[in-house]
Amino acid sequence: MTSNSLLCVRNLRVGYTTQQGVVHAVSDVSFDVQRNEVFGIAGESGCGKSTLIRALLRLLSNNGTSTASKIEFEGQDVQGLSDSAFRQSILWKRISLVPQSAMNSLNPVYRVGDQVIEAIRAHSKSSRSEARERVEFLFDIVGLQPELMRSYPHEFSGGMRQRAMIAMSLALDPGLIIMDEPTTGLDVLVQERILRRVREIRTEIASSIILITHDIAVIAEMSDRIAVMYGGKIMESAAANDLFDAPYHPYTLGLKNAFPSIRAMNTELISIPGSPPALLGDEPGCLFEPRCPFSNAVCSQDLPSRHYVSDLHEVNCHRHGDVVEMRERAALKSTWHS
Amino acid sequence: MSERFEKGVLSRINQSLKEHYGIIHSHPLGRIGFWVVVVFMIVSIFAPWLAPHDPWVMQYDSEGNFASLRSPSWEYPVGTTHLGYDLFSQLILATRTTLLIGAVSGFISILIGANVGLIAGYYGGKIDEILMRLTDILYGMPFLPFIIILIALFGRKLEFVIVAIVLIIWRTSARVIRAQTIAIKQRQFITAAKARGCSNLRIIYRHILPNVLPLLLLYAAFNIAWSIITEASASFLGFGDGNTISWGGMLYELWLSGKTRVAWWWFAAPSLCIVMLVTSLVFVSRAYEEVANPRLRKR
Repeated sequence: MTSNSLLCVRNLRVGYTTQQGVVHAVSDVSFDVQRNEVFGIAGESGCGKSTLIRALLRLLSNNGTSTASKIEFEGQDVQGLSDSAFRQSILWKRISLVPQSAMNSLNPVYRVGDQVIEAIRAHSKSSRSEARERVEFLFDIVGLQPELMRSYPHEFSGGMRQRAMIAMSLALDPGLIIMDEPTTGLDVLVQERILRRVREIRTEIASSIILITHDIAVIAEMSDRIAVMYGGKIMESAAANDLFDAPYHPYTLGLKNAFPSIRAMNTELISIPGSPPALLGDEPGCLFEPRCPFSNAVCSQDLPSRHYVSDLHEVNCHRHGDVVEMRERAALKSTWHS
Repeated sequence: MSERFEKGVLSRINQSLKEHYGIIHSHPLGRIGFWVVVVFMIVSIFAPWLAPHDPWVMQYDSEGNFASLRSPSWEYPVGTTHLGYDLFSQLILATRTTLLIGAVSGFISILIGANVGLIAGYYGGKIDEILMRLTDILYGMPFLPFIIILIALFGRKLEFVIVAIVLIIWRTSARVIRAQTIAIKQRQFITAAKARGCSNLRIIYRHILPNVLPLLLLYAAFNIAWSIITEASASFLGFGDGNTISWGGMLYELWLSGKTRVAWWWFAAPSLCIVMLVTSLVFVSRAYEEVANPRLRKR
């Protein structure tokens, strides 16, 4: 599975140096993204999703440092590249980003079309008119009229800006597009339209997509495989259907409870009490242990190791053997709020 | 293709000129200031043709009498000096020097200030520390002793007056541009530009600079105004270039002549010109200030 994957990340760690000490925003994360798949990363705010991709794209702020035992893209080791080589050969050309709050990601003083042209011309030798044609083509893909190229960002609605950013991310036919919260802040109808475009793009252009969101509904709808992050670690990762039909990790069980389902209208939503860990010290044991209703003595002592319940389904929990009992109990409100 | 490209550039320049004209003209005081500056500019360009007399030739009036210390009249619109020089001609030629010094030192100081501010603000850390401590040192440097030493070492020359003015004036614009750069570099579109693989210089000059431009123009206008005032003070104290005449230099001549109490016109004309030009520049900068800081706009 490793050999053929598009992106292969092993043991990625990111630390932010703060006045209180080093915050381990991402610790020991390993994952693969296959060709032509949508890989979803889910998790609540502050769990390290955005930090993870910032580390991958070398966009960490000055106080952040990352290490990994391996980062390969299309079989090429990218860790050995210098910053400028990485910027020129990988960024945007082969991995592009639709940043978080893409709505504010356009420079207010330039026309939208010119910004996309700039992105194209910075990385390829195409002339202005060739780039312009390309932008027209891209605008068509994301459902914006070509005339809108001449508009300024403030003349666009939020959804239009989002689509312009997606158009920009497609500019150079990258093998991998990372979308960080692509639909946050948009109403459901616009969200649905954009997600439909993303699906179409994926079938037409055959790029892989890493989709990062806290919205379980979006991720369930869009992804082939999903990783659930908590406290800077991947807690569970599996094919989308497996993850929601047969979750193993208590955190995934809790997340599932916290989201409404159309099929079960009358069930009460159950939240997970407590808040995410501060990630400051190196406390022993599982990071979810303080909030986990199923924790026992081992959980607070030892860090759980990766366990494969099937080939493509991994889980980081000491109690994965007791999953049947946990699933039963997790459906009851009294388990979480006692 | 290239023709189309050139057309694009020309129409862009044309459009941005129109935009700036619009900014200045939407502001009533800015409009007055703009036209006063334009008049002074025309005067300075055509100065040798506009001056009715040679400013360094003793004047004899139509009746053949030596025209010493005449008050304003039809023949000598702003009077004459004790040596019978025509003050109106001096005033016109001095406009040239004053505007030249103002424009050159204003331009150089904003160039230095903007670059220092952008680079310090964008890179932060050590670079910021070094550049900002350098500006702090300049803040501690008094203007007059500095220009006195400069002139003692190299002589009374226009270039050194400009160097001294630039060195004193760029510091404030550097600080202000730095602060604005820090605010803008946190914005999302800068991260997006980085993710697009833009180099640092490209981000600074293509993405941050246009966003600080209104502030930059505001400080350019301020710097020009301050250069003019500083030049006038320096010339008044006798540190100007002896070979060219400026408004401050005219006041210096008056002081030397010892006729300050008698020749009110000699004092009034250059002073009024300084006040008018500087005030007009401040009015223009006010118009830009409203763009840079929309809160000042009247609702």
